[in-house]
Amino acid sequence: MNQAYEISHLLSGVMLVTSFALLYQQRIAAVLNAFAAQSIVLALAVAWAAWSSNRPDLFITALIAFTLKGIVIPVALRRTVTRLGIHREVEKVVGVGAALLVGLALTGLAQALVVKVASGTASHAREELALALAIILLGFLMMIVRRNAVTQVVGFMSMENGLILAATGARGMPLVVEVSVAFSVLIALFVFAVFVFRIRERFDTVDIEALDRMRGDRR
Amino acid sequence: MIHAYQLVVLAPYAAALVLVAIPGYRVGAVLNVLASAATLAAGLWLMVSEGVVGEYAIVDEFNVVFIVINTLVGFTTALFSASYIGHEIESGRLSSSFVRFYHAMFQAMMGSMNVALVANNIGVMWVGLELATLITVVMVGLYRTPQAIEAAWKYFILASVGISLAFFGTILIYLAGQPALGEGVPAMTWSLLQAAAAQMDPAILDLAFIFLLIGYGTKVGLAPLHAWLPDAHAEGPTPVSAVLSGLLLNVALYALLRFKMLVAGQPAALDPGPVMIVMGLVSLIFAAFMLYQRRDIKRFFAYSSIEHMGLIVFAFGMGGPLANFAGLLHMAMHSLTKSGIFFAVGHIAQAKGTQRFADIQGLSVTHPRLAVAFALAVVAIAGLPPFGVFTSEFLILTTTFAREPWLALLPAFGLLIGFGALLLRLQGTIFGEPVGPAHRVDASSVPLVLHLLLVLAAGIFLPPALVAWFQRAAELLG
Repeated sequence: MNQAYEISHLLSGVMLVTSFALLYQQRIAAVLNAFAAQSIVLALAVAWAAWSSNRPDLFITALIAFTLKGIVIPVALRRTVTRLGIHREVEKVVGVGAALLVGLALTGLAQALVVKVASGTASHAREELALALAIILLGFLMMIVRRNAVTQVVGFMSMENGLILAATGARGMPLVVEVSVAFSVLIALFVFAVFVFRIRERFDTVDIEALDRMRGDRR
Repeated sequence: MIHAYQLVVLAPYAAALVLVAIPGYRVGAVLNVLASAATLAAGLWLMVSEGVVGEYAIVDEFNVVFIVINTLVGFTTALFSASYIGHEIESGRLSSSFVRFYHAMFQAMMGSMNVALVANNIGVMWVGLELATLITVVMVGLYRTPQAIEAAWKYFILASVGISLAFFGTILIYLAGQPALGEGVPAMTWSLLQAAAAQMDPAILDLAFIFLLIGYGTKVGLAPLHAWLPDAHAEGPTPVSAVLSGLLLNVALYALLRFKMLVAGQPAALDPGPVMIVMGLVSLIFAAFMLYQRRDIKRFFAYSSIEHMGLIVFAFGMGGPLANFAGLLHMAMHSLTKSGIFFAVGHIAQAKGTQRFADIQGLSVTHPRLAVAFALAVVAIAGLPPFGVFTSEFLILTTTFAREPWLALLPAFGLLIGFGALLLRLQGTIFGEPVGPAHRVDASSVPLVLHLLLVLAAGIFLPPALVAWFQRAAELLG
């Protein structure tokens, strides 16, 4: 049984590493690749949990993560980026160094918080939760420090990867499958919204700054 | 036999499926009203039927208050929207195929909100709120102007982040309940969690409540998480603004209150009261000051909603039977009054062809009847007697004065600031020289008058049965 936890920890750890990788990419294509890698690792982690703890319903969650977030959405977003001809570079609010340092601090915070708070639960569940919280916070950070709508969507989806990981880590939690379906609907809409930007070519850019100028109060 | 709570959920969803298939907007609008009336009937039936505590559904006095408000305002909004939407098609702002989806989405949103309200499972409740949020995002962006898309995007990002954090809080609650209730569905069931609250791990509960407060607090529109709210109200169709302010904020608040009950059940966990008091006061005072800078009439009343949600959260934070009673009453009064105001604003926007205060002046000259109705609605929301909002605000302030005299100064101060802004804007829109076009108003004024009458009646005389009902709900809140 110990081995099962070690493998799931390894997979969650790899997800955390890809979360950091998301933060330092310079090009949107590379961001999408890192996100696809994270989703595929998530699918593996969920599938491992399904197999090792004998919960076959989780295979559905793994399948959704693999096909939708590992393949379909990254491909769709890449096509959007190419067709829109928006800047291939990632637009940053904060430099890479600063973002990574903040990310490191957030990871430490997640670890300290969960270990201190959840002292009553079993140690493996605690570690899993700490890693998941770190991934959620890093996704949050990515949404804040990147201006572009596409990278914001990726930040959100990475956050949601952390949530699914947390839900799988909570042993025996019902509704994980249903929730992952609900999230998929959400993400599909997100991607659809980015497509709306393409239709709305009057924007010329999906830079959020440009959107801010559309605030009604400044009309 | 089918129970009323199932009808409350199934009727709107069934109507949504039918409405998607109906091309004509006139037929769609009539069906929308009929379906909402059926849901309202089911909601009223819940009032007299017995409570339910099932595996996935719960009906107690507390959530019946919310369901009745929800279905009532849903019905009047459908009535308003039926007369409003025709004008939007004529003026070319909406195509009739969009209206078809608008009606279907309206029903689906009502159904999802009712799912969140009757759910006895914290996961199902989360899914209901998330669906309702997503549907309103699409509805806010319905006009497809750059402003509407901007508003929808901002709402989308902020609400999704909020809802994600709330989900993490939900997982933590499950983890906290697991030792006492075991793995699986029981550790996500309200009624069981509530009963086992005292055995739950206080540290995990603390962390969970913080996530839930930030997550659902974003949807309630508490400052500083309110940024989506004014834009979403201003750029969507007016009936959507009415349901956003009148209903969706309440449903998010309901979720927050359920978790507050849970955390309060474990004495070793943090006391949710002071946190809610602080967040409520910050929202109330901040929004009151922001009112002065608004140039758009719908944004103005959106900030007024933040102000009132702040006051309601403050009241529930104070806790105790009287403050909870006042909070529930204020929530009901605010829902009725604010959606009424948005109906009036919809009329005004159609009459003047704009939402800018600068172009809305001298209504008493051009549209005397509308001016009177609007003035009465604003007087009501400002908290002047004899309207019901006065009663509830008075109750909140007096109960606070009795317990924490110094603390009561802050909400009183915020309300006074907001009062000044309301009167200032009211004077500008009603009196002054009329400017710009003055179109005929086609939209029905029945819903507006109905809401005003209800709020007036509640201000003059609260039936003892209603008082007793709200008192029982307030006691459940602890």
